[in-house]
Amino acid sequence: MPSIAATSKPPAARREGSPWTGLSAVFLKEFADHLSSARMRVLEWLVLLFGIAAVYTAIQDLRSVAAQDPFLFLRLFTLSRDPLPSFVGLLSFLIPLVSIGLGFDAINSEFNRRTMSRVLAQPIYRDALLFGKFLAALATIAVSLAALWLLIVGLGLLVLGVPPSGEEVIRGVIFLLAAIAYAAVWLAAAIFFSVVFRSAATSALCALGLWLLLSLLWPMLAQFIPQAVLPNDTMILFGIPSVEQLELQFTLARLSPNTLFGEIVQAMLNPSTRSLGLVFPQQLVGAVRGTPLPFTQSLLLVWPQLTALIAAAILIFSLTYVAFQRQEVRA
Amino acid sequence: MPQPGPGVPNLDLVIEAHGLAKRYRETIAVDSIDLAVRRGETFGLLGPNGAGKTTTILMLLGLTDATLGTVRVLGFDPQREPLQVKRRVGYMPDSVGFYDNLTARENLRYTARLAGVPREEVDGRIEAALARVDLASVADRRTGTFSHGMRRRLGLAEIVLKKAEIAILDEPTSGLDPQATHEILGMIHELKMSGVAVILSSHLLDQVQRICDRVALFNRGKIALLGTVPELAQKVLGGGHTTVVEADGANLAAILADIPGARRVVPGEGNVFRVLADRDLRNDVAQRVTAAGGRLLRLNVEEPSLDAIYRSYFETARRAA
Repeated sequence: MPSIAATSKPPAARREGSPWTGLSAVFLKEFADHLSSARMRVLEWLVLLFGIAAVYTAIQDLRSVAAQDPFLFLRLFTLSRDPLPSFVGLLSFLIPLVSIGLGFDAINSEFNRRTMSRVLAQPIYRDALLFGKFLAALATIAVSLAALWLLIVGLGLLVLGVPPSGEEVIRGVIFLLAAIAYAAVWLAAAIFFSVVFRSAATSALCALGLWLLLSLLWPMLAQFIPQAVLPNDTMILFGIPSVEQLELQFTLARLSPNTLFGEIVQAMLNPSTRSLGLVFPQQLVGAVRGTPLPFTQSLLLVWPQLTALIAAAILIFSLTYVAFQRQEVRA
Repeated sequence: MPQPGPGVPNLDLVIEAHGLAKRYRETIAVDSIDLAVRRGETFGLLGPNGAGKTTTILMLLGLTDATLGTVRVLGFDPQREPLQVKRRVGYMPDSVGFYDNLTARENLRYTARLAGVPREEVDGRIEAALARVDLASVADRRTGTFSHGMRRRLGLAEIVLKKAEIAILDEPTSGLDPQATHEILGMIHELKMSGVAVILSSHLLDQVQRICDRVALFNRGKIALLGTVPELAQKVLGGGHTTVVEADGANLAAILADIPGARRVVPGEGNVFRVLADRDLRNDVAQRVTAAGGRLLRLNVEEPSLDAIYRSYFETARRAA
């Protein structure tokens, strides 16, 4: 009898059939589940109430400046008045929450309900299950965000009485796409935790912990780490960080999807944003301050951030995929 | 059992496994087992918890990869062609679960979609499957309200719905009350009657004995014994017939010991004796007892029970260890 330890199988040949078999079945079921779940209802109301409150205060302010601003509609998203944050500020806070809410028990709930082995005994690959769940949750968020976006534009039309310009619409759409990509990152992270942890509570806690770390703690750390790693005289004497320190600070901060999303929003919704990094006075020679950039230039400015967000989502999803493929079916 | 040469499909066998083994990091869950299940037979996997039954089942389904060995399920390799295998094999896991927020019908519809049942056949097949397991009246109730027995029945409905050629049932009756157990066993028997090969694992021995044609006894990842219950009895209990006699008015012990072929006479309670022999002694016992003026109260041959085989085997194994 050959010993198990000594020999192992030759590498497997290509598996038969498409990995997407059953994807639509999983997608439709999960999508229907999300749309009808009480959890989604709560999250929707949360987003809707906060969103309308933020936009309402923005509109209050906008009425007084309506005549002077060429990007009136974009102000709907970005204006804030104490104590409420702006609509985008709220979104960057709520999107991770909704994503985590939809994803934290995607996989482990199948184990806990003891449906996993039964579902995987059907003629589908695990790929279809994982990808179907991810797509369904993402579609749910995308639909909600699009509805919210349309609602705000509609509200703006009604209350302000001015139609948005073509450029405003395009900028708004890019903002919506960025929001969906941002949601995808957090969704992938939440599903990752749902694969790694068998307990839904642990998974939710870890996802929320990561979110708090990246949104609250990380900006501060990104500020302090460069000072510790690159000590510098000007910093010590005058409290002015050196160029290297600032570069490192930006790089570190951009490891957080929150920063990336924030920068995209800033450049897209404030057309006068000329740079997302350091700008030296000599670079501004000849520039007319405060004038808006054309849309294509703004898009160029956020392109790295946008691709980074999408790449992060794909990377985390790939990690999830590997972890899930290696998992044993039996609980 | 004659083993077909490599590459030659044996149409009579639905499952063939040779040298199948599974190793988790340090532990060896299944250690080089050979298994063959014939078309239309009911095959029982027995053994204590952790003996490798579930792991074997998962390897047959392609839900976990074998470390070593080859498996053929209906001519397909579960590792290379898992979809082909899973399309033809129905599986009911140990303590099967459903989506509690969906009704029985919706749960089955999801399975039907995953299994790729043609759209126009879905509704008809679901109705038929639900009727077959006697759940038609609760088809639109959420499965969250279902009892254990109902869940198991819904699990069987899923197998019926798929029109599986092989049904693999992991502990189909554990934790059920006697009535539910009886119903499930009846449904498993119906499955078998409709030509489905049934493989079930269990440690409820009398049930396995009642419905299985052949059994495999697992111990520490290996198949210790394989065959029909009488075959196992032959191996473990040393074979032979046990005749139980109860009679009045004669010196029974002496008469019985005197019968040619009787190897041993074991006295029981009162006037009950067990006679161990290599052949059926009923006729001889009857003649001799009546000839001696005794009044025969009971005379029957004891079937070898799987329970006795099981306990005897593991006692011997423990002593040997």
